[in-house]
Amino acid sequence: MALQHESDQYFATPEQMRRYKSAQTIRTILIYAFLGLLGVFIIVPFVFMVITSFRDPDCYDWDTSNKIFNLIPQWWNSKYGRPNYTLDNYSTVFTYKSSSGNSINFGLYYANTLYVSIVSTAFTLVTSVLASFAFARCEFKGKNLLFAILLATMMIPGEMMVITNFQSVKSLAWENTFASLIFVTGVSVFYIFYLRQTFQQIPNELFLAAKVDGYGHFRYLWKVMVPVAMPTIVTIAILSLMGAWNAYVWPNLVASGTNPFTGTSMLLVSNGLMSLFQNTDTGLSHDTVRIAGSVVVTLPLFVFFLIFRKYIMRGVSRSGIKG
Amino acid sequence: MMEGERSGRLAQLKTEWKYLIAKPTPEQNLASTNSLLKSRLGVKRAPRFRVSEAGKAWIALIPALIFLIVFMIYPIINTFLMSFIIHFRFMKGSGGSFAISNYIVALQLGLNISWGFGNYVSVLQNADFQNALANTAIIVVISVPLTIIIGLLIAVFLNSIKPLQGFFQTVFFLPYVTNAIALGMVFKIIFTDGSSGMFNNFLSWFGVSSQNWLSVYADKWHMLLVIIIYSVWNGIAFKILVFQSGLSSIDRQYYDAAKIDGANRRTIFRRITMPMLSPQILYITITSFIGAFKAYTSIISLFGAGAYNFGGTTAKNWETVVGYIYVVMQDQTLQGRAAAASFVLLLIILVITMIQIAVSKKKVVF
Repeated sequence: MALQHESDQYFATPEQMRRYKSAQTIRTILIYAFLGLLGVFIIVPFVFMVITSFRDPDCYDWDTSNKIFNLIPQWWNSKYGRPNYTLDNYSTVFTYKSSSGNSINFGLYYANTLYVSIVSTAFTLVTSVLASFAFARCEFKGKNLLFAILLATMMIPGEMMVITNFQSVKSLAWENTFASLIFVTGVSVFYIFYLRQTFQQIPNELFLAAKVDGYGHFRYLWKVMVPVAMPTIVTIAILSLMGAWNAYVWPNLVASGTNPFTGTSMLLVSNGLMSLFQNTDTGLSHDTVRIAGSVVVTLPLFVFFLIFRKYIMRGVSRSGIKG
Repeated sequence: MMEGERSGRLAQLKTEWKYLIAKPTPEQNLASTNSLLKSRLGVKRAPRFRVSEAGKAWIALIPALIFLIVFMIYPIINTFLMSFIIHFRFMKGSGGSFAISNYIVALQLGLNISWGFGNYVSVLQNADFQNALANTAIIVVISVPLTIIIGLLIAVFLNSIKPLQGFFQTVFFLPYVTNAIALGMVFKIIFTDGSSGMFNNFLSWFGVSSQNWLSVYADKWHMLLVIIIYSVWNGIAFKILVFQSGLSSIDRQYYDAAKIDGANRRTIFRRITMPMLSPQILYITITSFIGAFKAYTSIISLFGAGAYNFGGTTAKNWETVVGYIYVVMQDQTLQGRAAAASFVLLLIILVITMIQIAVSKKKVVF
């Protein structure tokens, strides 16, 4: 009897097996090719960044024949009689001082950013843990209403708040101080919401047991809930640190000058990077210095990522935030 | 009635009891049982001073609430009010004070506050705002679907391979952990004009002549291409990660069943993968639309040289809605207008989200 349909045949003939296998191989090759190509698309900017950050600024600007991204880097520049690569860009980024008083000091920007990141993360953690504890474990009047109001504010674009906060910061004389960078954006409804969900998953029996042992609410929070919810808390800390490191818009508005107390620049790394040789009339492009600045800003994040890869990837996929 | 309730509670207590303590001593056993019974059966404890549960809740809430009220709730209300005040001038009333007290001072001084829709009219009629709105719409309409489709493809492919999966995962996640300003600058330099630019050099391999991309000589559509490439590069990591976590939670049995039924790959993708992944797709669609509508940092970082450079000779070629708000906000006499613009942005985002949720009711399988 002739086969009416492929599915009438229970076992594949050797010919069909071969065809199936080769189709499978081709598919696998195509998938890897697609992923590889897009992987290159993702990686190329980083490779270009690292290579260009070591290029000699003059050779880069004036020797157009050698400015392009060489697949095989050339060490010696015969036109200028010196190597194509140098560490000068990095020393400029950390110690530049022009005759007109302009200076670049990424060491200071690093210190500012680190300070803001750490203090604001600590602030965020303390307020979020306490508030989500109240929402998850305590009963009080108006709890659901309050929580609903807070959730609703998550829909509202930050720009609406920025306009008034900008005025408030000026009124409080917080301009160019660390307070404006730490307290205004420090409390996040999202983190409260995220942590509350974790807290709610802790079984009620634990609380009753702790109560029997004479624990009060806050001791229970500190001794039981915080340790149990530690993975979530670490995730929040990491995301908050990354957010503070990458902050640009708000610091640019309120802290782009010098601190009235210390007299030093308040720039954070992103702002320092954006202001690198902003208005140049020297005829040089300063591209290599900008790129070196980019490396300097990106590198700590990368190291951080490599150390906390699991936490970051899990945290981001679970919480779903764009830092 | 009471009797039944009581025995029910006792039964509940018996089940809870198992969780109480791992290995209590007999004395502890007795003591904790007694106190548990007392507290659960409503037996009054010896009176001593203590803060009620609600009181404790408020103590825990106060630190967060103070800052949320001052820097979030109040700003929303104030910005909303501001948008209806014609010729709003910050600090007109008393100087160094909160904006809200300005209203009070103004009222006391008998200054005229004229309320109305003037700010909205001038925003909507403003050529810059219209330009910004059109720009934002173009960027959103192109970059969002593109990023989602490429992200979905990568996630599905990543899920189907074994060797190198972890490596590719890390590679595709890298753009997430970079600084948008730093990489924007790198892209700006990759897209340098003339034959020395890296991208132009790449194009020359295919015989394409050098183009102007981001400089003042470039036309708007070349700039758009770079903006789109950078948006895809920058936004894809997050989408891949969310899709992947969705894919890994689909039960393998569905696929096995489909294979036994002789379904081919395309059918499996359309009938199993897509419906099972639809919650993630909806989530990503909503968040990407909102995110793309608020595009600002990525664009100024591409054009470089300051916070208000959106390309072109006028530096306004690709000004976005958020960009417009920040530019206008800097002018203290125009803050009412910035407030109105931000409220328009809120309305647009709300409408888009509602449409997406309405559409999803028919398509998404929860």
